[in-house]
Amino acid sequence: MHIVDRRLNPGGKSLANRQRFLRRVKDVAQRAVRESAREKDIKDLGKDGRVSVPVDGVREPRFARQPGTGLHDHILPGNKTYVEGDRIERPPSGGGGKGSGEGGEGSENSEDAFRFVLTRDEFLELFLEDLELPDLAKRRLSVVETEGLRRAGYTVSGSPANLALTRTLRNSMSRRIALKRPKPDEIAALEARIAETPSSDPDLPDLLLALSGLRERAKRIPYVDPLDLRYRRFETYPRPVAQAVMFCLMDVSGSMTEHMKDLAKRFYILLHIFLTRRYRHVEIVFIRHTDKATEVDEETFFGSRETGGTLVSSALVEMKRVIAERYDPNDWNIYAAQASDGDNVSSDGPTSTELLRAHILPACQHFAYLEVGDENGPRAGFVEHRTTLWRTYEALAKTGAPIAMRKVNHRRDIYPVFRELFGRKDARAEAEA
Amino acid sequence: MVGSIIRPTPQRISGGPSPLFTGNDWDFDTIKRIHDACEAIAGPELGLSWYPNQIEIITAEQMLDAYASIGMPLFYKHWSFGKHFAQHEAGYRRGMMGLAYEIVINSDPCISYIMEENTATMQTLVIAHAAFGHNHFFKNNYLFKQWTDAEGILDYLDFAKGFITRCEERYGHAAVEAVLDAAHALMSQGVHRYPRKKRPDLASEQRRERERAEHGEQIYNDLWRTLPQKVAAGRPDAAIERRKALLELPQENILYFLEKAAPRLRPWQREILRIVRLVAQYFYPQRQTKVMNEGCATYCHYRIMNSLSEKGLIGEAAYLEFLQSHTNVVRQPNYNERGYNGHNPYAIGFAMMQDIARIVEQPTAEDRQWFPEIAGTGDAMATLRDIWANYRDESFIAQFLSPKLMRDMRLFHVVDDPDEPELRVEAIHDERGYRKMRRSFARQYDVAWLDPDIEVVDVDLEGDRRLIVHHRALNRITLQKDDAKRVLQHLADLWGYDAVLKEVDPATGTVLAEHHASARSIFF
Repeated sequence: MHIVDRRLNPGGKSLANRQRFLRRVKDVAQRAVRESAREKDIKDLGKDGRVSVPVDGVREPRFARQPGTGLHDHILPGNKTYVEGDRIERPPSGGGGKGSGEGGEGSENSEDAFRFVLTRDEFLELFLEDLELPDLAKRRLSVVETEGLRRAGYTVSGSPANLALTRTLRNSMSRRIALKRPKPDEIAALEARIAETPSSDPDLPDLLLALSGLRERAKRIPYVDPLDLRYRRFETYPRPVAQAVMFCLMDVSGSMTEHMKDLAKRFYILLHIFLTRRYRHVEIVFIRHTDKATEVDEETFFGSRETGGTLVSSALVEMKRVIAERYDPNDWNIYAAQASDGDNVSSDGPTSTELLRAHILPACQHFAYLEVGDENGPRAGFVEHRTTLWRTYEALAKTGAPIAMRKVNHRRDIYPVFRELFGRKDARAEAEA
Repeated sequence: MVGSIIRPTPQRISGGPSPLFTGNDWDFDTIKRIHDACEAIAGPELGLSWYPNQIEIITAEQMLDAYASIGMPLFYKHWSFGKHFAQHEAGYRRGMMGLAYEIVINSDPCISYIMEENTATMQTLVIAHAAFGHNHFFKNNYLFKQWTDAEGILDYLDFAKGFITRCEERYGHAAVEAVLDAAHALMSQGVHRYPRKKRPDLASEQRRERERAEHGEQIYNDLWRTLPQKVAAGRPDAAIERRKALLELPQENILYFLEKAAPRLRPWQREILRIVRLVAQYFYPQRQTKVMNEGCATYCHYRIMNSLSEKGLIGEAAYLEFLQSHTNVVRQPNYNERGYNGHNPYAIGFAMMQDIARIVEQPTAEDRQWFPEIAGTGDAMATLRDIWANYRDESFIAQFLSPKLMRDMRLFHVVDDPDEPELRVEAIHDERGYRKMRRSFARQYDVAWLDPDIEVVDVDLEGDRRLIVHHRALNRITLQKDDAKRVLQHLADLWGYDAVLKEVDPATGTVLAEHHASARSIFF
């Protein structure tokens, strides 16, 4: 008899089968993933992909008998009431375990969809493949770091505020013990004894001598010596900023169509996935604006529609306020993506420029402006129309401000644009060289 | 209802040997001790014989893996296994499905997978159940002896896996997958139900020819030559006969037929059909012996656990734990109870084994009348061993389901005839019903009766090479249309030309339904 412990064998023995299965249902799964991208909250996307596949694609047909045709025999346990020759009404189709009568069709339909769960990686693969995405994980931003302070042992010099009391007193005590500094108790005891001793006692001079000796020694050996002092030492170290906040700014005025919003949403989803892969902690702030801006939750952000004019600077002001309130640029990596169809009140241009230059851009890691257009795109043969906002930002970009801007008309452009915007710096440089 | 099969707790001899384990924890030493203790009972007390045991400890995930590859430790890759894995996993994660405590493989050595989550008691139970009960059955039952090769199966699966992987590398995933899909669809039509006649080899053929000639010379009489001959009318018949003989028609093993006779398949495609066919053949005995196999294993574990308990090798707590899971396993809900899902093979199997032991040891007058061969012979284990070796579910139930058990289970027989407005109670557990009911009940375990009876009847070789397949629609039960169409499509694809499936009522010869499919050129 052998006992074999298989528990440590590499798992995932049926991984190859799963891959084959996924390949088989790729089309349907992809469609489902695409659907879920439309329905799900950005944050939940890719967390777990529960996917339903119509059973058609994965049916394993067999020759099987159709219940409900022909004559069937049933042997059943648990008879309490029937005797031979009794008649029983047919149970409603599909009900109970016996004589399924005309239930044939019903039992076929009971299995009309096959549900299974995609892992996050599988989900992302399908999702990103939809956007013709090569491996996203290899793209990185330049590593962002700040200086941090941390404790690093003790030092003999330092500011009094950093005095390490415990350590100092420990040193002091060991020194006092080593040098046999008389304890206050000892001196007090000796003093008491002298006080009790009559002046005629012949021992008195010796005692007095001993007392003065002790006092002398206590004075010579200080309670705390400069030698004992220890200070807490700090050193600086580069600290990667591990949290990021993503600002989604979107124009929701009447001129934004559903198509444009869908484009924007896809872009935001990509950005979110990208950031969550890069940073441990990512927060999202949604700011929507017409001629006035408000911070809203995701549902409102994508769902509701507003009417009104368009004033971009209002969103920037709101963003500035939120940064000042909650996201200190020293602690947070701030990413901002703005989506708009490009409309803006022309008088707003200088205000926006100034806001961006003075407040927003310095605080941001990256500011991306995405101009979403009609599905049909700019018609060929026409001089490309530049929108108000585009002109504003273009002027700003020309002065060297770190602002990236792209136009997107079709869903398939989203990923290339995203990649351009977020490609690794040196990779881009290499590509250009 | 089946409560009566639980024996009262046996009296324990105090001061016996110390228990094999205490508490729930176990380690490899414990497993070894458990196995040895079970062995000491299975051999001398029960007289079992078994393949050497190999006990493998696996995790829940590995158990799911094993489920996905129909229990085999290695198997070729196919998407359908991935689908089953996803299904099982989803069920398991949602807590809707418990995993088996063990899986046992009919191989030599006999591999039993046991779950690491099991308590020490459960490990004892599954070792007694699988490593001795099932193992004995695999080694001794005639169907397994006849159809499976316990020594060779793992090597064969290794070959199959490697072969299919090489095919995938060489011809692409899609091509291999298409063949496997088609082959899987026909898998249940891929078994030989009877041993084939051995083909004569050249030497014996020559010898036969010579003997025949000699015989002819011996009885030669010139007078016969003068008799008027019948006009040679049967020419076309002879051609059909010859064709059918050449193609070995009619043939119910469709995969075998395709492997040998499909005109356009390439060698590697034939080999894949063969692999699927042989795997189906390997599992064919298991399908025919569900009740007996489980009954045998359950009876063995019950005997072994009781014996362990009598010897004081397992404590009272462990014994109670065993009883609890044992009663769960052999529970048979009534037809109108919640959770009724057909007959529980463990329940019937175990109840019948117990019943046979009772008949052998303490028969009633009724038993003596019904089972004169075994009633009162006294050695229950010998009788059971003989039954385990020489029967399958259908013959087992047909012979050994006793009136008492039918009464205990309160079996009744309902006929569902579409021509009648209501269901009819054909028989119940009474004097008039026993035999009738037993016959129908046994038939429900006859695989040949359960599987649709489909065979390749003819090929239109002189015309468009159309393959003609018949389904003998027993009791006028036709096939599910959708699936039949799909499977027929696969069949036509493999055959390479059109295929037609006729559903024939064997009683009257009328055609109930007809399906057609034309080959798509996906394999060629």
